[in-house]
Order: sequence, then C-alpha cells, then structure tokens
Amino acid sequence: MSAAPQPLLSVERLTMRFGGLMAIDDLSLDVAARQITGVIGPNGAGKTTFFNCLTGFYKPTLGSVRLNHPQRGPMRLEELASHQVARTARVVRTFQNIRLFPKMTVLENLIVAQHNALQHASRFSLAGLFGLPGYRRAETAATEKAVGWLQRLNLIDKADTAAGELPYGMQRRIEIARALCVDPLLLCLDEPAAGLNPRESAELNELLKHLARDEGIAILLIEHDMSVVMNVSDHICVLNYGRKIAEGTPAAIQRDPNVIKAYLGEEDADEELHPEAVQ
Amino acid sequence: MALALQQLINGLTLGAVYGLIAIGYTMVYGIIGMINFAHGDIYMVSAFIAVTVFTLLATFGISSIPLSLLLVLLVAVLFTSVYGWTVERTAYRPLRGSTRLAPLISAIGMSIFLQNMVQLTQGARVKPIAPVLVGGIDLLTVDGFTVRLAYSQILIVLVTIALMAGFTWLITRTSFGRQQRSCEQDRTMTALLGINVDRTISLTFMLGAALAAVAGVMVTVYYGVVDFFIGFVAGIKAFTAAVLGGIGSLPGAMLGGLLIGLIEAFWAAYLSAEYKDVATFSILILVLMFRPSGLLGRPEVEKV
Repeated sequence: MSAAPQPLLSVERLTMRFGGLMAIDDLSLDVAARQITGVIGPNGAGKTTFFNCLTGFYKPTLGSVRLNHPQRGPMRLEELASHQVARTARVVRTFQNIRLFPKMTVLENLIVAQHNALQHASRFSLAGLFGLPGYRRAETAATEKAVGWLQRLNLIDKADTAAGELPYGMQRRIEIARALCVDPLLLCLDEPAAGLNPRESAELNELLKHLARDEGIAILLIEHDMSVVMNVSDHICVLNYGRKIAEGTPAAIQRDPNVIKAYLGEEDADEELHPEAVQ
Repeated sequence: MALALQQLINGLTLGAVYGLIAIGYTMVYGIIGMINFAHGDIYMVSAFIAVTVFTLLATFGISSIPLSLLLVLLVAVLFTSVYGWTVERTAYRPLRGSTRLAPLISAIGMSIFLQNMVQLTQGARVKPIAPVLVGGIDLLTVDGFTVRLAYSQILIVLVTIALMAGFTWLITRTSFGRQQRSCEQDRTMTALLGINVDRTISLTFMLGAALAAVAGVMVTVYYGVVDFFIGFVAGIKAFTAAVLGGIGSLPGAMLGGLLIGLIEAFWAAYLSAEYKDVATFSILILVLMFRPSGLLGRPEVEKV
C-alpha cells in the first residue's frame, strides 16, 4: 500500500444555488476508498442536496465531483447522466424515504439492480431472451449474488415477498442490499438508521463496518443518529447552511467549537454529539 | 342459440384484436402515465403495410398462405415497431418532464398526422386485398342458420393466445420485463440503479407497436379491406378495453379486449348493429364514472 493513496472521490468547490438560496456553498471534500465518511449537519444543511449532486439529480452550479475509478481512470460525476452514475461510475445511493419497487419481490428488486450484467450477457435485451446459454449463466449468477446478500442481511426467508409488504426496518436493509448488487465503489446512504430500533441500528453499524473493511466499499453516510455516525465513521464532514464548518476524526469533531456552536440551536445538542453521555 | 354461438365466435375474434391493441395503451400508460392516442393509428399503419406486402407478394407470385402470412407479419412488425419508436422519440420524449397534458396533446397531433399521411400517400378510398385465408368449418346448422368458424378466426385467436402467453413470460420472467416493471414503479430509482430508462421506454413503445402490428395484419386478413380511418375507432375501442380491464394492468387489457369484443358482437346481433359503437362508448363512460380503476386495476394513490 502506498503511503498517501489517491482519494476515491474528490469534491472540489462544489456549489449548488437555487435562485437566491445557497444549498451548497464552495464545498471541497475527499472521500477515501475503503473508508466510511460521515456527513452531518443540522436540518437543511445541504446534505441531501450534496447527494443529489453526486448522483446526477442536480447539475451543480459550480465545481466538480471527480471519481478516480480504479479501472477506468478519473471521471466527472456531474457530467454523467443519472443511469451512468451507477453503470459507469458504480456510485449508488439509497434514500431517506425508502424507494424500493414495492410490487416486485425482494429477489426481483435485487436482480433489477444487476440488469447491466444481464444486458451485457444478452448483448441486447431482446436478443438474449431465447435461452442463450450466456444469458442463462448471467441470470443464474445474478440470482446467486442476490441470494448471497439476502443471506448476509438475514432477509433470505423474505426473498419471494413483495417488497412493499415488509416492515420498515427490513425495507431499509433491502434497499442497502439492492444497492450492493450494483457492486458499488461508493455507496451513498441517506439516513439509513432513521426509523430503526436500537438493535437494528447496532446491526447496521456492524454491516457498514464490514462493507468498508472487508468488501472495500467506500461509504458516504448522511445520518442524524450520532450513535451510528460517531461509531462507524473514519472521517466526518460537518455542514451548516451549505458550508463545510469542520472536518476530521469523530473525536476531533466532538470537540470542535464550530460544530458545537452549530448544534447549540437544537435541543439536546450535547446528547446528540455525545451518545455515550446518555447511555 | 345458433346465433348466440356464432356471435360468441365473432366476439372472441374481435376481442382478441382489441386485446392486442389494448396492451399497447396499457403498457405505455403504465410506464410514462400518458395515453398514447396515436396508438390506434399505429395499428392502422400496420394494416396498410400488410396490404402493401400482400399485394407485393401476389405480384411476385408467392401463393403459399403460411409463407406469405409469415412474411407479412415479419415486415409489418418490423416497420410498425420503427413507427412506434419514431413517434415516441419525436412527439413524446422532448416533452418528458413538462406538464401532463403536453404529451397528450402531442399524441392527438401525431394521430392526426399519421391519418393524413396515410390518406395522402395511399388515397382516401377503401383498399381491398384478394382474400388470403378463405373457408372455414361449419359447426352446426339450426333452422337453416349455419354456425361457421372461419379459418381466419382460428388464426386470429391462436396467434393472440400465443402472443399473450409469450408476452406474459416476457414481462414476468425476463430482464427486460423486470426493467419495464421497475420503470413503471419508480423511474428515478430505476435510473439510479444504472438502467437506461429512456431506452426502456423506447422498447416499450416498440413492443406495443409490434402487438398492434399483429392486430393490423390479422384484421386485414379477416376483413380484407382497410382505410385510413380504421385506427380511430379501433383505437378508442381498445382504449376502452384497457380502461375496462384497469389501465396499467396487462391481464386487464386482455380481459377488457375480450369483453368489449363480446359485448359488441352480442349488441350488434340482438339490439342494434348500427349502434354497436354506442355500447362500447357507454361502457367507457360507465367505467370511468363508477369504477375508474377498472376490473383488475388497483385504485391509484396519488404520489406526492
């Protein structure tokens, strides 16, 4: 391993303006491979807007988002169409309000995410339908990968249930499993712990650490639950009114005067930042 | 009794054709939430392609019925799919993301355009072809009335059953089908998983057009005449079928097609042949008033 590896994602002077509102103001941030980078900040700080800029929802007003793809070299995310962000750059996200395909089974949800591999195996989507061996193999491989993740996330007995019928905590996990089926280099999770009970949230912590350490997936994590962020993040970036006000290790962030000031306006600021104090 | 049986056969034949066209309406509605009013005219275009190819084949002296049918189907499906793709590309895609009404108006414009294009290039008069598939089976005779099952009717019903089975398989079992369904449920999320949503929509239009093309060929074989206006009435009837079955639902479109065909055939036989269209349109109004989600559709919950 080299001493100072190139960051996986370099955000440079990213600015997103909606009319007179500066949703993101001159944000620069590096995301390292195999690490969990937490993005925190009070409501309206621009965290979700940041994700939207990464995944082709918004075209940033200024600045760039460069991904250093290990195989394909550097690419500019803000220039890619929505579907190319996942296909070419292998950056996937989940949503604060879960967006599964409710009428499809859990397994189908996970196989849809592997569509590109299947498309490739069939050369063209209609040509592969007639049982070409290559396509069959790809289909089996896709099912196996989906089943693998379902087993890892304890969802295998729900594989054939319509995703929309399952409880909330489970849907959160399915959404993560589906994102994993894209084989992401970078996984952007928007409040994955929202609505989870303490046990589920502890499981989520373990899962995220495992994904970063063992699977080598870089994770960008927006989360309000400080017990999750402080526990799993290697690096934290704090936003307030679209500006980065602090960046560093969890320990450094908890002591940072700017961060404490930004959070003071909210109730229970101390508890939020120091989960161990409450427990 | 004999008349009822005959009308049952006629109604099923007609219903099969409506069902094939209705699938195009329902799929497009499912994926982009618009009614493609030009779909009936796509069907009309395919009937004209069928007439042209049948005439050409006759000139070349190809007289084998299965061979000429196969060739006509192939050419019609190919060209009509291209029409479907072009219509989506030129009239609807540029309007994606604008108001809901814009593509609808564009669709009506496209419908008028296609009708006039065919009228100008092919003439306004009814175009006949030499009978392709004649004869049939006499099932029974009661009081001098013979119930007859024409070969063309058998062909239409068999082709429709095969297509619908294949189509159901395509949607439920294949990668394209999953893609199509995921686009239907959440287009944004589908794109974020790396699927090219625009291409999926294009393919959906092409598939709908291909089914309409088969319907167009079948009707040409069945009636032996076409004109530039057949798309309008057939289109609205198939649209009614899709609404009756529950717009957005594929089995609904098939069921709705069959029901509309049967209702029309029995209405024509027992009530009034002149006013048979009234039956269909009354159904459209009644369904929209009392059960807008249709027979097999689920009530739509407005997303916010």
